[in-house]
Amino acid sequence: MPIETVPGPEKVRFDRVTKRFGDQTVLDGLDLAVAPGERVTLIGPSGSGKTTILRLLMTLERVTDGVVHVDGEPFSHMPSGPGGKLVPADERYLAPRRRRVGMVFQQFNLFPHLSVLANVTEAPRHVLGLDADEAAARARDLLGLVGLADKEDAHPTRLSGGQQQRVAIARALAMRPELLLLDEVTSALDPELVAEVLDVLRDVAAGTDITMLCVTHEMAFARDVSDRLLMFDRGRVLESGPPGKLLDAPEHERTREFLRSIR
Amino acid sequence: MWDMDAARAALPVVLSGFGVTLLATVLGFAVAVAAGLGIALLGRSRSRWIALPVGALASFVRSTPVMVQLFAAWVLVPGLDALALGVLVLGLHYATYLSEVYRAGIDAVPKGQWEACTALSLPRRRVWRAVVLPQAVRKVLPSLGNYAISMFKETPFLSVIAVDEMVHEANAFGSTHFAYLESFTLAAAVFLIASWPTSLLVRRLEARLAH
Amino acid sequence: MTGSGTAVFLSELGRALPAITEGLLVTLEATGLGAALALLVAFALGLAARSRLLPVRGAARFAVELLRGTSLYVQLFWLFFALPMLGFRLEPMACGVLAFGLNYGAYGAEVVRGSIAAVPAAQTEAAIALGMGPGLRLRRIVLPQAYALMVPPFKNLLIQLLKATPLLSLVTVADLTFRIDQLRAATGGTAAAYLLLLLLYFCVAALLGAGMNALERRAQARLGVVGGDA
Repeated sequence: MPIETVPGPEKVRFDRVTKRFGDQTVLDGLDLAVAPGERVTLIGPSGSGKTTILRLLMTLERVTDGVVHVDGEPFSHMPSGPGGKLVPADERYLAPRRRRVGMVFQQFNLFPHLSVLANVTEAPRHVLGLDADEAAARARDLLGLVGLADKEDAHPTRLSGGQQQRVAIARALAMRPELLLLDEVTSALDPELVAEVLDVLRDVAAGTDITMLCVTHEMAFARDVSDRLLMFDRGRVLESGPPGKLLDAPEHERTREFLRSIR
Repeated sequence: MWDMDAARAALPVVLSGFGVTLLATVLGFAVAVAAGLGIALLGRSRSRWIALPVGALASFVRSTPVMVQLFAAWVLVPGLDALALGVLVLGLHYATYLSEVYRAGIDAVPKGQWEACTALSLPRRRVWRAVVLPQAVRKVLPSLGNYAISMFKETPFLSVIAVDEMVHEANAFGSTHFAYLESFTLAAAVFLIASWPTSLLVRRLEARLAH
Repeated sequence: MTGSGTAVFLSELGRALPAITEGLLVTLEATGLGAALALLVAFALGLAARSRLLPVRGAARFAVELLRGTSLYVQLFWLFFALPMLGFRLEPMACGVLAFGLNYGAYGAEVVRGSIAAVPAAQTEAAIALGMGPGLRLRRIVLPQAYALMVPPFKNLLIQLLKATPLLSLVTVADLTFRIDQLRAATGGTAAAYLLLLLLYFCVAALLGAGMNALERRAQARLGVVGGDA
């Protein structure tokens, strides 16, 4: 698998990244590059390492080997000492850099002790240092965007799954991330609630230039928003290309098999 | 300052009390295990005239100091040997804790088990003995272990009714030889040496029964 | 007790009422101060037990095992009788508060540690994804949720602590047990005196329990848990 070339500076670059859990290899020397503003969707059977890529980018996991770069500088690691040798990044190095990355989770992970509004204002206030009014104004804008302007005082557990996930999207956007990671954001939802979440994400994709990395089984959504699809299999990229090509004329039998299996 | 000779003299005295401490723990816990089960079963009785008073009395005993209960029993029940009385009072006090443990263990047996017994028309006595209690016991065993250790550390209360357990002996030695530092430090050390490994064992048991 | 015995007891009780009230206040004071110290110790040791630094973690672990493993009774007597032999003499009440605070604090440390560990890892991950650092995560996301899990075991520890306070009477503190024992000695109304004493402890325990239950309900309502244990 040759290193993929992307024109211009790269937003994200995985450099021979390996991730093992115990003796199970989830990613095996992965090379990957994403351009600024690009929307990339990762597809493939479960256990193929897609979610691990997002979790490595969010620093929820540490790489076993290799380096993850964001905006042309190391992200999983940091330069240390006079020689600039790369060592695993510590909290102080990560703190300012992590703010540029946002993530929406499969299980929403809203904070149950905070109201809807406070879920969205929490990080802007205490991480970015916005004052209460600024943060609330920003949060109300976003809750309007996701169609939940009337729910700001509600308790998260009183909302439907679709509503909770829309709050989680607003919460992530409130940090004005440059890179947004979407980890199977509709997989935990009842089928009739999937559309409302995907519609919001289509709006976000159309209305911003945020770089997006997305793991999903919703192929219609992937086709609509993605510039590029990556088909994963056993920790490696099996094939990649624009959604039209990969979905309609896949090269590999395994890709065809996978696409058949999820219809 | 620490006096090695005093410590050397105190050690056998303290250890002689340790035998009584162990005896009180074992007997007291036997009382607690049996009486606790009785309280738990009576508390689940279908007759309110049994369940309510038993529950209320247990809750009263549970939320009042065992030391006062010992004083009260000591003056109100004359003629009983101090150790026997202490074992009974401490045992009954812990029985009220254990009844809660049993109750939780019984409640944790899935409803489907009861329903399966009904479907098999098992007699009630058989349901308890063959189905519910064996499953509940697995769940409560670690808690029982923790309460046994806890009771072990509360046996010094028996010294208020002059049972010659370890702390009573340490106290006596300390006052006659003016060697409180040595005698109480040794007593503390014996408690630590005995309870730490036991609590590690209970934790192991807990981890093993968790699967 | 005979009829005249009852009369004697009641009149003595009337006269002893101020002393009993004073004893009750001493018991409440010891419970309150002991619980406050225990809370402090519990958080200090419970948080230290989660430290990434092995020496900190090890020291916390050792302190917890030492304080839990040596029996409250022995600790109190050690502070009262043995510590002066090392040249430090504490007020009897201070011995009590210190012993209660350290012993129940060590039990509380396990509660703090366990409750923090029981908050789902996904909550921490969500906080990381919002750029929150470790201190902020703990303070704003994890502890508020762990708090709801801590209240019920803290209630048990508080009532245990209250039930341990009669130990104070053994080290010359004039607590509730001490005062009622004086009344008993003065009247010979043994059964009545001890029943009264047990009832007083029962009422205090019930009040403390009700207060903690209210805290628990509030904490659960904040987490959106419906129909919390009432």
